[in-house]
Amino acid sequence: MSKKQHSLRDLHPGQSGRIIAIEGTGALKRRLIDMGLTPGCDVFVRKVAPLGDPIEINIRGYELSLRKDDAEKILLEN
Amino acid sequence: MSYTIALAGNPNCGKTTLFNELTGSNQYVGNWAGVTVEKKEGRAVHNGVELAVMDLPGIYSLSPYTMEEVCARDYIMNDDPDVIIDIIDGTNIERNLYLTIQLMELGRPMVIAVNMMDDVEQKGEHIDCKQLGELMGVPVIPIVARKGEGMKELMDEAVRIAAGGEVQHHRIKYDYQTQNALNDILLILSENEDTSDHHIQFYASKLLEADASIADMLKLTSDQRRRIEDVIVRYEATSRYGDRDTMLADARYRYITELVGKTVVKNTTPGFMTQSDKIDRIVTNRVLALPIFLLVMFLMFSVVFGPVGEGLKAAVEWLINGQIAPAVRHLLVAADAPFWTQSLIVDAVIGGVGGILTFLPQIMLLFLFLSILEDSGYMARAAFIMDRLLRKLGLTGKSFIPMLMGFGCTTPAVMAARTMENDKDRKLTIMLTPFMSCGARLPIYALFAGIFFEEHQGLVVFSMYVLGIVVAIIVGLILKHTLFRGEAAPFVMELPTYRLPTLKSTMLHMWDKCKGFLIKAGTIIFSMSILVWILQNFSFSLQMVDDSSASMFGQIGAFIAPIFVPLGFGTWQASVSLLSGVVAKEAVVTTMSVLYGAGGAALQTALAGAFTPLSAYSFMVFSLLYMPCISAFVSIRREMNSLKWALATAAMETGVAYVVALLVYQIGSLFV
Repeated sequence: MSKKQHSLRDLHPGQSGRIIAIEGTGALKRRLIDMGLTPGCDVFVRKVAPLGDPIEINIRGYELSLRKDDAEKILLEN
Repeated sequence: MSYTIALAGNPNCGKTTLFNELTGSNQYVGNWAGVTVEKKEGRAVHNGVELAVMDLPGIYSLSPYTMEEVCARDYIMNDDPDVIIDIIDGTNIERNLYLTIQLMELGRPMVIAVNMMDDVEQKGEHIDCKQLGELMGVPVIPIVARKGEGMKELMDEAVRIAAGGEVQHHRIKYDYQTQNALNDILLILSENEDTSDHHIQFYASKLLEADASIADMLKLTSDQRRRIEDVIVRYEATSRYGDRDTMLADARYRYITELVGKTVVKNTTPGFMTQSDKIDRIVTNRVLALPIFLLVMFLMFSVVFGPVGEGLKAAVEWLINGQIAPAVRHLLVAADAPFWTQSLIVDAVIGGVGGILTFLPQIMLLFLFLSILEDSGYMARAAFIMDRLLRKLGLTGKSFIPMLMGFGCTTPAVMAARTMENDKDRKLTIMLTPFMSCGARLPIYALFAGIFFEEHQGLVVFSMYVLGIVVAIIVGLILKHTLFRGEAAPFVMELPTYRLPTLKSTMLHMWDKCKGFLIKAGTIIFSMSILVWILQNFSFSLQMVDDSSASMFGQIGAFIAPIFVPLGFGTWQASVSLLSGVVAKEAVVTTMSVLYGAGGAALQTALAGAFTPLSAYSFMVFSLLYMPCISAFVSIRREMNSLKWALATAAMETGVAYVVALLVYQIGSLFV
């Protein structure tokens, strides 16, 4: 892939997208999946923290916060 | 008859409320062996049946990555509870069911309690519990734990199942590929495992998730491992994006989506906002979030360490020092008790134990606030707001509250670090909190700044507070890159629904903390106080002495005084004062006035002769940074669950104090 993949980090508050894959390995990846961020699931970016990071997303009907660096690992459909 | 019930569920699902509802104050809080994960056990009686209730840590999954999850899964696998009550939050049913599926894989008898049914209704949703139960092969009972609704039905069912009332057939319906892969692994396992072992399904699914700990536990041969690896590789090939980490989780969620689709009616009104959504719009609003956060923190700090907290503290002091101590002394004098007995009982026992009792009102107030913040859901938002700022130090947003409280008193501040789930974050926060200048250090600054920096008193005192923060930042950065190196804990945090905390759970939470503090800290401080009293009043030949310079403390002070020469205060009086400061930091000032045999103006003159402005500043710096007082030390030990870590923290802080004071004095000497 020459072009950088579209990730959750690229979304602005109010936008949503559909997950296609989670990058990375180990504890972080497992945690993201355990929290319900699985391929095919829709995510909605609710807001950004007042200091610019982390972000708050809505997934499977609940609110989750994660850092932008971690959001980058969540790849979305283009 | 007596049965063991384990409560399992996600954080924020109302598990603790249910536990409190079941066991009342009949509970015991400890730690799981070897780790700082809280272990809560309680007893209850239902219809004459005795129940031992084990409250497992709140977890999202049964992965091998967090201590909480490992504790919970080890408990269920090794201790075989008679029944598991899995509490799920009805307003967030999909994610909560994810843990449920994994618990079902464990094959133990289960009951599912769908909590917060009132909120579900308010949200305009409906859950068909009966059908959900039939689909999964596990009874599902709707409850509202905070109101006690549905408790009887839940416990009837739990006791019935614990008594072996039915053999459960859990129905987990995975997709074709997943079920195939699991069957292949089961076949391999059946070579050396008893297939009737109810854990075997769980082992198979963990192996499919590439959980290495299970393969080791089952002592699989390298041939078996290779064949399992082949199964996983084939399984991975059935999906375009999937890999072993995601595929099974994905299969579980697909099954959940199917279940939820059949049994839950969601509110599809466009733009529908729950009460919680409305609150959140204001509380974490981009503009308002910080002012609201600061206001909450200010309120909390000013109540705990302001007039209310200080007033209560003064009342306890008045009661102990002003009433009880003189009364006891009077009695002892009347009974003709020898002087040393009087001193031991009044100074050491009443003074020492009474000293910790004075912390109690502030600890109670602090935990009242913490418990409200935690239960209402604001704590997670506070972490959300502050995370960016604290991350640079290797900390997370949740470190903010312990650090802030550190400016009041280190003892409760360290206890506040309990709200952090991650062990590494908690340890680092506890190690840095004592650098925040606590209230007891202020009298030291006030005394010295008043004598040596009359014109810039405020500025000098302020510089101490700033220095504490700067040192904490530097030490934090160093520790982050040395001792706490490695992958940072993922900051993937649920922002729970806002809820009104219940009185019962707030009170129990507060009582829990106070009880723990009183019992554990009380016993240690009691013996420490006697030890210090002996050191202060006896010489090495065990003679009671009047002249404090002849006491063991005085002798030790004189012995270590040369160490402080490079810092500019190598007198025995200064060393002895610092030693007493370990008992309580404000004791530095009182000891000085005893040692110089003078108070008020005379002490000022004496100090003006003994110190220069530079050595006074260096002394203030050392007082700020060196090891915290005994009661703080005891709570550090307790919260870290390790004497080694507590000693290391104290040694690190004293070392830092020495280096910084040395730099201040030596560099300062070049200019003065």
